[in-house]
Order: sequence, then C-alpha cells, then structure tokens
Amino acid sequence: MPLTLYTFSSPPRFYALTGVLVPVCWALCVALTAAGLWMGLFVAPTDATQGEVYRIIFIHVPAAWMSMLLYLVMAFWAGIGWAFNARLASMVARAIAPTGAMFTFLALWTGALWGRPTWGTYWVWDARLTSELILLFLYLGYIALTEAIDDVRRADQAGALLAIVGSVNIPIIYFSVKWWNTLHQGATVSLTAAPKMADTMLTAMLLMTFACWAYAFAVVFTRTRALILERECGAAWVRELAPGGAR
Amino acid sequence: MTWESPAAFFAMGGDGFFVWGSYAVCLLCMLVEPWLAARRRRRALTEAGQDSGNRHPANGIEDDEEDPRT
Repeated sequence: MPLTLYTFSSPPRFYALTGVLVPVCWALCVALTAAGLWMGLFVAPTDATQGEVYRIIFIHVPAAWMSMLLYLVMAFWAGIGWAFNARLASMVARAIAPTGAMFTFLALWTGALWGRPTWGTYWVWDARLTSELILLFLYLGYIALTEAIDDVRRADQAGALLAIVGSVNIPIIYFSVKWWNTLHQGATVSLTAAPKMADTMLTAMLLMTFACWAYAFAVVFTRTRALILERECGAAWVRELAPGGAR
Repeated sequence: MTWESPAAFFAMGGDGFFVWGSYAVCLLCMLVEPWLAARRRRRALTEAGQDSGNRHPANGIEDDEEDPRT
C-alpha cells in the first residue's frame, strides 16, 4: 500500500496510527509542561508593573490562543467532511469541539482571576472578553446541535455550517483590542514586532503553548478513536479489536 | 531563582489566590478531560465487542443506524 495523502483518511489506519501517536503526545506534553512551569514560576523575573500575578499569563495566553486556533481547525475539518463527504474529517471536527470549549473556558477563567487584581473586576463587557464568551457559546452550540441530531452524517453537516459561519468571530476576537477601546491589553507577541516581554517570560509562554498543542493532539486523537469505534462498531476490524469479539 | 522562601513562592506577592486559582482549575480540567475521553474510547471498544453480532456489517454509518452511544 503506497503512502499517499489519503492513506490515513481510512478510519482503521487512522486508528492504528493515533494509537502510536497518543503516548508520544502525552510524553511531549508532560516534558514541555514541566519545562514551561519551571521557566515561568522559577526563572522568569517579577514583572515591573504587575508583580507576581502576571504569572497567570503562562496559562492564560496559551489557552486563549488554543481556543481560537482549535475553532479554526474544527471549522476546517468540518468543512472538508461536508464538502468531500469525508467521514473521518467530520469525526475529527466533532472530537475537537469539547477540547476547544475547555480552552475557551480556561481563557475566560484565568482572565477573570487576572482581571480582579489588575483591573479591579472579574468581568467587564469589553470587546475582547465578550467576543471570547461568544466563542464559548459557539463551541457549546456546535456540541448541542450535533448531539441533538440522531442521523450522524446530518449532524456532521449541520455542525459544519454552524462552525464555518461562526468562524467570523475569530478575527473579531483577535483584532478586538485594535478595533475598539478595551480594558484588555494589546497583543504581547506578534509576528511583525519584537516581543514586549523579557526573554525568559517569552520562552516560558512558548513552552506552555507547545505543551497545550501536545495536549490538544493527545486528547483529540483519543476522542477521535472513540468516535471511530462508536461509528464503525459493526465493522469487522472493530470486532477483532474488541475484547471478547469475533477473531 | 526568584524566590526567597517556599512561603514567598506560595504567596505570589499576596496574589496567591488568583495565581493558584488559575493554575489549579487548569490542572483539574486537563486531568478530567483526558480521563473522560479515554473512558469513552474504552467503553466504545467494550460495547463493540458485546453487541457486534446484531449490527449492520457495513461501516456502521448508515442513515437508520442507531446512535451507538444510546
């Protein structure tokens, strides 16, 4: 069997491949988290204006980045699954949603706990915060919609439409701090300008971001494998895998 | 090393509640979610073994197929 772009769009092969990848992702996640927390909590200096509370940044920013990135990845695979009738792509999209929702919640939660000591309030109806809250509702809406439709492929398609339309919210979140006057500070790191933070802080934040990537891959692969088993439970290869199944 | 004592580390300059409140909830979420996903996969595998006999032999995605989770 030659290795092509489509080799791993077959559920049995994807299942076998991710079975190998998931432990690797977990090992990477643990190593990167340990390094990132060490840099962030023990090496990075005290912030000149915020004192120690700024250390929330090492989970807040990675969580917020992941929440936006995962939404776009989810919309992309949902769209591919819809346009090309690719079952595995739709399963990946469905598997991403809970992880994306969790990162969105964490971005809001850590932001609230960071806002209280620095701004004096847990929450404000500000452009950045409100658009991120809408992102959480989009994730929850996607999950609720797809789970409410019994026909699996129809659920995938309805979800794809919601995910694609909802992706208009991502640039709104990203540019909200530029377009409107908000309490939230502007981008700390961008591709076009030098980072406005100490090297050790930036290193810690990037390590934590890569740790979140590894985490997301590990969990999404695990959930995709569960979805494959649920949807293909009649297939011979699944029965052979199952304990007590026909061999 | 930026800390003078373990107590200073946990106090986080007086903002320990906010810093550790953030980290604790993240840790909790990132332990529970993988556990739920792994449990779902294990259950799917067990169920596939139990009632594999009376299922559609094709790929199990046909329109009138029951949702396997119910």
